[in-house]
Amino acid sequence: MPEIRVTPLGAGQDVGRSCILVSIGGKNVMLDCGMHMGFNDDRRFPDFSYITRNGRLTDFLDCVIISHFHLDHCGALPYFSEMVGYDGPIYMTHPTQAICPILLEDYRKIAVDKKGEANFFTSQMIKDCMKKVVAVHLHQTVQVDDELEIKAYYAGHVLGAAMFQIKVGSESVVYTGDYNMTPDRHLGAAWIDKCRPNLLITESTYATTIRDSKRCRERDFLKKVHEAVERGGKVLIPVFALGRAQELCILLETFWERMNLKAPIYFSTGLTEKANHYYKLFITWTNQKIRKTFVQRNMFEFKHIKAFDRAFADNPGPMVVFATPGMLHAGQSLQIFRKWAGNEKNMVIMPGYCVQGTVGHKILSGQRKLEMEGRQVLEVKMQVEYMSFSAHADAKGIMQLVGQAEPESVLLVHGEAKKMEFLKQKIEQEFRLLPDAKKPRLLHGTLIMKDSNFRLVSSEQALKELGLAEHQLRFTCRVHLHDPRKEQETAMRVYSHLKSVLKEHCVQHLPDGSVTVESILIQAAAHSEDPGTKVLLVSWTYQDEELGSHLTSLLKKGLPQAAS
Amino acid sequence: MAAHLKKRVYEEFTKVVQQQQEEIATKKLRLTKPSKSAALHIDLCKATSPADALQYLLQFARKPVEAESVEGVVRILLEHYYKENDPSVRLKIASLLGLLSKTAGFSPDCIMDDAINILQNEKSHQVLAQLLDTLLAIGTKLPENQAIQMRLVDVACKHLTDTSHGVRNKCLQLLGNLGSLEKSVTKDGEGLAVRDVQKIIGDYFSDQDPRVRTAAIKAMLQLHERGLKLHQTIYNQACKLLSDDYEQVRSAAVQLIWVVSQLYPESIVPIPSSNEEIRLVDDAFGKICHMVSDGSWVVRVQAAKLLGSMEQVSSHFLEQTLDKKLMSDLRRKRTAHERAKELYSSGEFSSGRKWGDDAPKEEIDTGAVNLIESGACGAFVHGLEDEMYEVRIAAVEALCMLAQSSPSFAEKCLDFLVDMFNDEIEEVRLQSIHTMRKISNNITLREDQLDTVLAVLEDSSRDIREALHELLCCTNVSTKEGIHLALVELLKNLTKYPTDRDSIWKCLKFLGSRHPTLVLPLVPELLSTHPFFDTAEPDMDDPAYIAVLVLIFNAAKTCPTMPALFSDHTFRHYAYLRDSLSHLVPALRLPGRKLVSSAVSANITPHEDPSHQFLQQSLERVYSLQHLDPQGTQELLELTIRDLQRLGELQSELAGVADFSATYLRCQLLLIKALQEKLWNVAAPLYLKQSDLASAAAKQIMEETYKMEFMYSGVENKQVVIIHHMRLQAKALQLIVTARTTRGVDPLFGMCEKFLQEVDFFQRCFIADLPHLQDSFVDKLLDLMPRLMTSKPVEVVKIVQTMLRQSTFLHLPLPEQIHKASATIIEPAGESDNPLRFTSGLVVALDVDATLEHVQDPQSTVKVQVLYPDGQAQMIHPKPADFRNPGPGRHRLITQVYLSHTAWTEPCQVEVRLLLAYNSNSRIPKSPWIEGGEVSSQVETSIEGTIPFSKSVKVYIMPKPARR
Repeated sequence: MPEIRVTPLGAGQDVGRSCILVSIGGKNVMLDCGMHMGFNDDRRFPDFSYITRNGRLTDFLDCVIISHFHLDHCGALPYFSEMVGYDGPIYMTHPTQAICPILLEDYRKIAVDKKGEANFFTSQMIKDCMKKVVAVHLHQTVQVDDELEIKAYYAGHVLGAAMFQIKVGSESVVYTGDYNMTPDRHLGAAWIDKCRPNLLITESTYATTIRDSKRCRERDFLKKVHEAVERGGKVLIPVFALGRAQELCILLETFWERMNLKAPIYFSTGLTEKANHYYKLFITWTNQKIRKTFVQRNMFEFKHIKAFDRAFADNPGPMVVFATPGMLHAGQSLQIFRKWAGNEKNMVIMPGYCVQGTVGHKILSGQRKLEMEGRQVLEVKMQVEYMSFSAHADAKGIMQLVGQAEPESVLLVHGEAKKMEFLKQKIEQEFRLLPDAKKPRLLHGTLIMKDSNFRLVSSEQALKELGLAEHQLRFTCRVHLHDPRKEQETAMRVYSHLKSVLKEHCVQHLPDGSVTVESILIQAAAHSEDPGTKVLLVSWTYQDEELGSHLTSLLKKGLPQAAS
Repeated sequence: MAAHLKKRVYEEFTKVVQQQQEEIATKKLRLTKPSKSAALHIDLCKATSPADALQYLLQFARKPVEAESVEGVVRILLEHYYKENDPSVRLKIASLLGLLSKTAGFSPDCIMDDAINILQNEKSHQVLAQLLDTLLAIGTKLPENQAIQMRLVDVACKHLTDTSHGVRNKCLQLLGNLGSLEKSVTKDGEGLAVRDVQKIIGDYFSDQDPRVRTAAIKAMLQLHERGLKLHQTIYNQACKLLSDDYEQVRSAAVQLIWVVSQLYPESIVPIPSSNEEIRLVDDAFGKICHMVSDGSWVVRVQAAKLLGSMEQVSSHFLEQTLDKKLMSDLRRKRTAHERAKELYSSGEFSSGRKWGDDAPKEEIDTGAVNLIESGACGAFVHGLEDEMYEVRIAAVEALCMLAQSSPSFAEKCLDFLVDMFNDEIEEVRLQSIHTMRKISNNITLREDQLDTVLAVLEDSSRDIREALHELLCCTNVSTKEGIHLALVELLKNLTKYPTDRDSIWKCLKFLGSRHPTLVLPLVPELLSTHPFFDTAEPDMDDPAYIAVLVLIFNAAKTCPTMPALFSDHTFRHYAYLRDSLSHLVPALRLPGRKLVSSAVSANITPHEDPSHQFLQQSLERVYSLQHLDPQGTQELLELTIRDLQRLGELQSELAGVADFSATYLRCQLLLIKALQEKLWNVAAPLYLKQSDLASAAAKQIMEETYKMEFMYSGVENKQVVIIHHMRLQAKALQLIVTARTTRGVDPLFGMCEKFLQEVDFFQRCFIADLPHLQDSFVDKLLDLMPRLMTSKPVEVVKIVQTMLRQSTFLHLPLPEQIHKASATIIEPAGESDNPLRFTSGLVVALDVDATLEHVQDPQSTVKVQVLYPDGQAQMIHPKPADFRNPGPGRHRLITQVYLSHTAWTEPCQVEVRLLLAYNSNSRIPKSPWIEGGEVSSQVETSIEGTIPFSKSVKVYIMPKPARR
């Protein structure tokens, strides 16, 4: 019995601080190493002391795998490797390796420079940490050591997001990270082959949601922007620098292209430029359309989208501006918002969720007068729109992935406990008969390993070579039949009955009174005590198990009343 | 006759010097044929190593083998096969055997025994597979021979147990292609067992090798294609294969399920794990829908495609495909589509979006939610959102087909189709617009839907906009606001893309005539009339104003109250537009004006039509004149031609037939005239000048016959014969004219030779039609052929001349449907006074936009010709992708033509026109051996001549000298 032990250090039944320990076949693997956005104390990082109280983690962990660059999946990495101490390999995909340090650096800046935290990891630590990273390609099987191997699958969600299969011997685990089963404007859908793992660890953010077609959402979004621009209004779209921002950029860029629109689109600078650069580079990780057309033009070489300058906000005429951060709580997006809020022609589109207390949340809940710092009151006359663009798989998507991978068991993480309960029930109900990966098959050939070379031979030949005698496994079964007639006649009746029922098989009546169906032997004998009952002895080999059991069940039903 | 002919040739072998050379050449050709097998034999014997032998075989395979010598070659090959030890050579021989047995005119049953024989002794799996392939070729060549088929099937069954997947594959293929449903008793030991092909193939559905499983399913499909009814039991087996690990198996299984569902749509199958039962077609539909979310896109495309053709599925299941049952945190949520509909019906459409607008409503019973096994549920929602555009296109196509057969489904899928107008791939957008047009009879657009549709009018792709115009032509709009919206958007489109002018006008024409009552209340606003004041007269040349007028006038056609709302200048503008744009502006019954009606009732079928009768009668009249005096014949012909031409102008639906027959009559007239010439009577030295007329006539007849053959669509074989016959007569005319005008015998030899070859060619091509040509020129000519072959050129000319004079006029049977190919160049318009300036030596791109009507296979036939003022002509072959097909019989050519020239001092005009390229050799049947070879492709593409079929357009260009 394979033993796979899973310990979530974070994101077990909540979201954030993803960190899961898996022990499989004597190997320990850590999946993701994230931080929690909601905490500013020690709770923001996973509790690594669970692994070991003293001594370096390297001795206890065989490898660390990072699924994608979101901070709740990689945010604790420098802390873990440099401050706690880990020198083993860290696996991630190439885009993640490229973008991850940018985000970590940004995170560090906000924590240290803005909030003034001490005892935080430094830039050098990030660099040192990234040196331990081993980048992997999609579908590349990486041999971590002699026994442990990992393989990455495409996951959608964000650029470079991957699902990982971890395999030791015949046991395997698939960890999905975050994934998306519906393609969007810049990324494809998650895909996995029928790898039949022992365990599938899947996220379940939207365990109880089935989402509407994304087309309606996109259409609405474009229509809103288009109308506002035609009116001569300015459109503000507060976004986080990576992920959705690029999707929306592509969406607007292609729309501008198609409709021949002239209004400028700006993207607030900083982090984004670097990130966009990586999006341009990692074309193979994007969706079909971008992959197919990049020879003519890389879709991320935006024609209509230019870098934003603070002075542009006062320019006359329509424009669209993407600005960070996404919840309008600080920074450039808030500045622009304050400038534009007074004009009813303008519009702000919130493309994602806003935490309570932020300006974004306030205006979304309909507040029209905002108190800003210094007792100023800002009247919001501009239109406020909400549009949800999310890149997690919904309940149907999760089920689809489970169906694709055909795991023996499923573990739900990264979601709310109550919602998981529902999904658990659904998975149990719909995959009741989880396909048995190791279901018995007939032996077709034998692989002989001798003198360090392999040979594939037929099983008969293998037996002969090895000097083994074939071991026959035979099942026998007695079926009692109420029939006062002689054995011979009973056999005859059985014969004619089977002959009429089993048309597809070769039924023969042998001269010694027994009946054969293919290789199955049926003999009739009188019962020792009751002469009115005949005992039918049915015997078949293991290879004919299916037919044999069918036959016995057939005989147990009894023979039809003799017509004559 | 050929044999007879040959004998004569040999008899007179020594008489004519020139002919001797010719004959030797032909003789040589004949001699090479039997030596083919001998040469191969020598080659193979020479071969020292297997590699050598392989080389020889490869070389041999490049050349065709005639049917007579196939058998010899096969013997040699087999002989060598037995001796050969190298499997790769045996493989090549086996494949050659297969190829040879496909030769036309060769009956392969004689090599079958050998093939089966060597099959039994063969050890190599690859060679075995190839041999089975050869047997398959033999079997397909002899479809009637039951005994052979049965034998081959037996062979295949025997090898099914082979360990190599390749052999099993081929066996299954063989079974699929040759296996018959009739049960045959096997000869071998099993004795009583009955062999059923379907059962045997079915057993391999569970083979361990996925390739064999695929082959088994394919074989089953092949059986179906050959007309054998598959058993219903296969359905369950196929369903199991849907969860196979390999995509090609799943893909084939989906096909098989579809086939079975079409065979037994009404049988009842149980739903597993419940007691319910449903129709098989519904069950299959559910299963195929499930495959739309398969892991492999190949399977998804296949599944999405097949969904479209399952029309028997019950509507309940069908509508599920569009329903995804949204929920959020276990509460039921309405889709955006439902919300849009509600907003619309509640009348507060313009409300902005609020946060939480889509807040989930009622709680859902957790037990009732089915996340996967709901079968059809949301299949199209998934298909339309797929990552691969191939899948999306397939889904759109399937939607189209299903919607065409079910109006209620059409109404429901509208929202989804409208959403597809925003797809990222243009092809998908275009496809969905076309789809929408096809189902537009069944639907009426809501205003919010119309809004989305109209938004696409700003698309920068011309194809998309034009497709959308076409769509608007046939959509039903529900409200007057809708019409107004459409008009406003179309006018916006017009200002943004002025080149769309014609397409927009046409679109408004249909929009107006479809919705007269909705246009009526809009008229004052559109014409900006005022009850008390006179408003300024709009500019008549403004395309936007014309667009509005087109809409109004077409609506006014069926709405008699509308003209009362017009102001004076509107009437004036009407009169102007009616003349200048008569195809867009209908005749109106206006007060104080007489309606000039061109009342053509379209209901009359062409055969009852008096004009059709007239056509028939006038043609019959012409054909009945056989013995009229020459003068009378000419006059009658001239009259009839004039009649026909006029008829063609009046009756557009008869134009094709009338033109076609008129052209034929003109040819005849020219021929008669040429033969009436005086030149035949005067002495040789005097007719030099006059012969111009006759040779010009011959040339013209040739041209006209080419036009008749290639410019009309719907010309059948019986017409082609007559046309070729006319051409032959023209060639005869040419021959005799040249014979009279040239001195000396030498050039005549060649001409005679060529002419006789033509006759021979005619005979070979139309041997089946010769009986219809009784008493004709060619008939008589063929009778005298042996004599002609041996005569001197002067005699030949004499004979031909007399026969040409005696020959009768052949009756041209009228084809059912015939249309003349025509083309109009829309762009360049040829109006510009500003020359197109470019530096000499460099190129300038000229956009050419043309509509083609009734052109068959325009991709290979239509060319663009550019004529420069210095007489230089350039022919440009447009790319196949430059042709679009907006409707049956219509094509659109949008291409760029590159012009270049040396420097000019003045700007000057170049002419651009379209040509129809033809090649009369394409009718010659080809031998199967050469098929796919390099030679044939060259023949295909060569152009024999061209016919101009559009008016030429002048373009003003100015190549400037390059500056240093």
